[in-house]
Amino acid sequence: MPAFTRRSFLAAMGAASLTGALAACGGSDDTAATTPASEADIDKAMNTPTELTFWTWVPDIEQEVALFTKKYPAIKVKVVNAGQGTPHYTKLRTALQAGSGAPDVVQIEFQYIPTFTVIDALLDLRPYGASKLKDQFVDWTWAQVSGQNGEVWAIPQDTGPMGMLYRQDIFDQYGIGVPATWDEFAAAARTLHAANPDIYLTNFAANQAAAWHGLMWQAGAKPYVSNSKSDITIDVDGDVAKKIAKYWGGLATEGVIGVETDFTDAWYTALNNGKYATWLTAAWGPVFLSGSAKSTAGKWRAAPLPQWDSAKPSSGNWGGSTSAVIKSTKNPIAAAQFAQFLNSDPESAKMFATKQFLYPPTKALLTDPSFVDEPLDFYGGQAVNKVFADIGDTVNLSFQWPPFLDQVATDFTETVGKALTDKTDAVAALGQWQSRLTTFAKNQGFTVS
Amino acid sequence: MTNRRRGAAGPLFVAPFLVLFGLLFLAPLGYAAYLSLFQHKLIGGTVFVGLDNYVKAVADPLFLHGVLRVATFFVIQVPVMLLLALLFALALDSGLTRLARVVRLGIFVPYAVPSVVATLMWGFLYGPDYGPFAQLGRIFDLPVPRFLSDSWMLGSIANIVTWEFVGYNMIILYAALRTIPRELYEAAAVDGAGAWRIAWSVKLPALKPALLLTLLFSVIGSFQLFNEPKLLHDLVPTVIDTAYTANFYAYTLAFTGQQVNYAATVSFLLGLVIVIVSYAVMLTANRRRES
Repeated sequence: MPAFTRRSFLAAMGAASLTGALAACGGSDDTAATTPASEADIDKAMNTPTELTFWTWVPDIEQEVALFTKKYPAIKVKVVNAGQGTPHYTKLRTALQAGSGAPDVVQIEFQYIPTFTVIDALLDLRPYGASKLKDQFVDWTWAQVSGQNGEVWAIPQDTGPMGMLYRQDIFDQYGIGVPATWDEFAAAARTLHAANPDIYLTNFAANQAAAWHGLMWQAGAKPYVSNSKSDITIDVDGDVAKKIAKYWGGLATEGVIGVETDFTDAWYTALNNGKYATWLTAAWGPVFLSGSAKSTAGKWRAAPLPQWDSAKPSSGNWGGSTSAVIKSTKNPIAAAQFAQFLNSDPESAKMFATKQFLYPPTKALLTDPSFVDEPLDFYGGQAVNKVFADIGDTVNLSFQWPPFLDQVATDFTETVGKALTDKTDAVAALGQWQSRLTTFAKNQGFTVS
Repeated sequence: MTNRRRGAAGPLFVAPFLVLFGLLFLAPLGYAAYLSLFQHKLIGGTVFVGLDNYVKAVADPLFLHGVLRVATFFVIQVPVMLLLALLFALALDSGLTRLARVVRLGIFVPYAVPSVVATLMWGFLYGPDYGPFAQLGRIFDLPVPRFLSDSWMLGSIANIVTWEFVGYNMIILYAALRTIPRELYEAAAVDGAGAWRIAWSVKLPALKPALLLTLLFSVIGSFQLFNEPKLLHDLVPTVIDTAYTANFYAYTLAFTGQQVNYAATVSFLLGLVIVIVSYAVMLTANRRRES
């Protein structure tokens, strides 16, 4: 216990001295956030004993954190796993509302950034030197963490450009070529299911709003556009979205694709049993699949998503995370430095890619032969990372997320997702989704157009 | 004990309970009531709206459907569950079953399984492709109901809840049976009553207070139905929507829609519904006893 007491004492001291320093500058939190921190401030903060709390669900992230604390021995980082995905965000929001207990640094997925900036939860990292990192990251990933007024809300940690994993053996057995366009994909779905009624070309999970957004992203849809904090244009049933809904709704109604919930026991069993010949997934999918469908090792291959226009290949993103700093932190400098170091330090970034198998957002790693050319046995020795690195170059630059993602995802499942599982009109369901979101946004005080 | 001494000691004995009751029950209740009078918007902040949330909720189809669904659930599931519990308790008490202890434990064990675990387990058993029922059906070429489909869902949930709580209710009833003086049975036997007659004319009337208790618990449990639909929602989100039961709706409002104030309103109204139904149940039971 003495060590613990001493540490908390030092942490309290650090907090007190930093608060004192800020007060001495005569600035409130807001001015501190807009004036750049000087080198001297940063040096001082990084040498002042401080404890940061970091909420993340990345397993074994202590290895990367250790690299940081080795460089800055004065800073202690307490890693907390507050759950993965929704439970994590629910706890974060509760802590923010309670006004205490929120972490200093937090893992946030790209799509959730606007949900937290709209409630003023995140710290703009520009005053702490984050803008300098821009060129290290793939352009579209940086666009994802940038705010309406050029703020840098977070540092990208990993990404999920979408591609297609497919069963080479099933394709060979039924004489199906790798579909390059969505038309070919639909034809293959019909051929395969006709040849063997127990097998489907793919599964489109009704609960998977994230995949749906990835496909909208690929097709160039702009479902959410906002130019200020309080206005939003919602267009989830525009022409591009209708094209996608007609396509998937058609395949579901014909019964040539599966529509079961993903990441459930039944779905894992289905992947192991070869019920589905492809999985439309993201760059994190290959490693995930090799752990979840062990019995199918060596049978899978990776390819880009089928295209709407094969002359202009494009893709979207599904998943991937960032590190963001919570605005209420008492140690903004140390927290910002930590978020930046964790994801941009070459050694730390490489460790994420090689130890946790996160798909990297940095240009350096995506051109590093030791990463992209690595053959994966699960994929018959294919250099899968190379496939996704190339896909990453085709991801559309501008795609915005709405400031109320949870509602968007729930309403998707209960309208479009329900239409897909019930084999009813998916295009009409888009209209319901649109009207639900419009009503919600208006009730929340947004100017909706 | 004299009256004077009781007067001094009483409040002291009750104090620990009252403090906890106030802190953990009344205070949150008051806070929820307070919250339900406001409206918070992502853009625009919090404003006092008086009873507007209540006016909105009583006409909210999602809330009303949720209440209607749990009411249906209550009307169908609770009689089945209590009847089963009663039969088991009577059978055990009559000494008909040889392995009374083992049987008693066997029926009670599901209650010791946390409802989350129970739901996950049943969710697996119900699986349409790889669930054991579906697989058995395929082996013997028998049609197996699609437990997780729209039309079967409420029944599937009722089955889980029954499985979980039959043992619990049985123990309450069984304990009540054990308190009946044995002399009554002897007297009845002397009067020529058989086992069935004793059960009907002696045991059942003596069980009425215990039955009423289990019924009241079931009212509360049914109307607050949450764990089972919430977890099955993860398996079939298009069958169980996020307003499937009133409690689930309140949860969704608070944690998905960020409408904490409206969620408090819905919870309060649900509480009111439970109070009314419980009161109605007690009133009917008491009136019957008097007549």
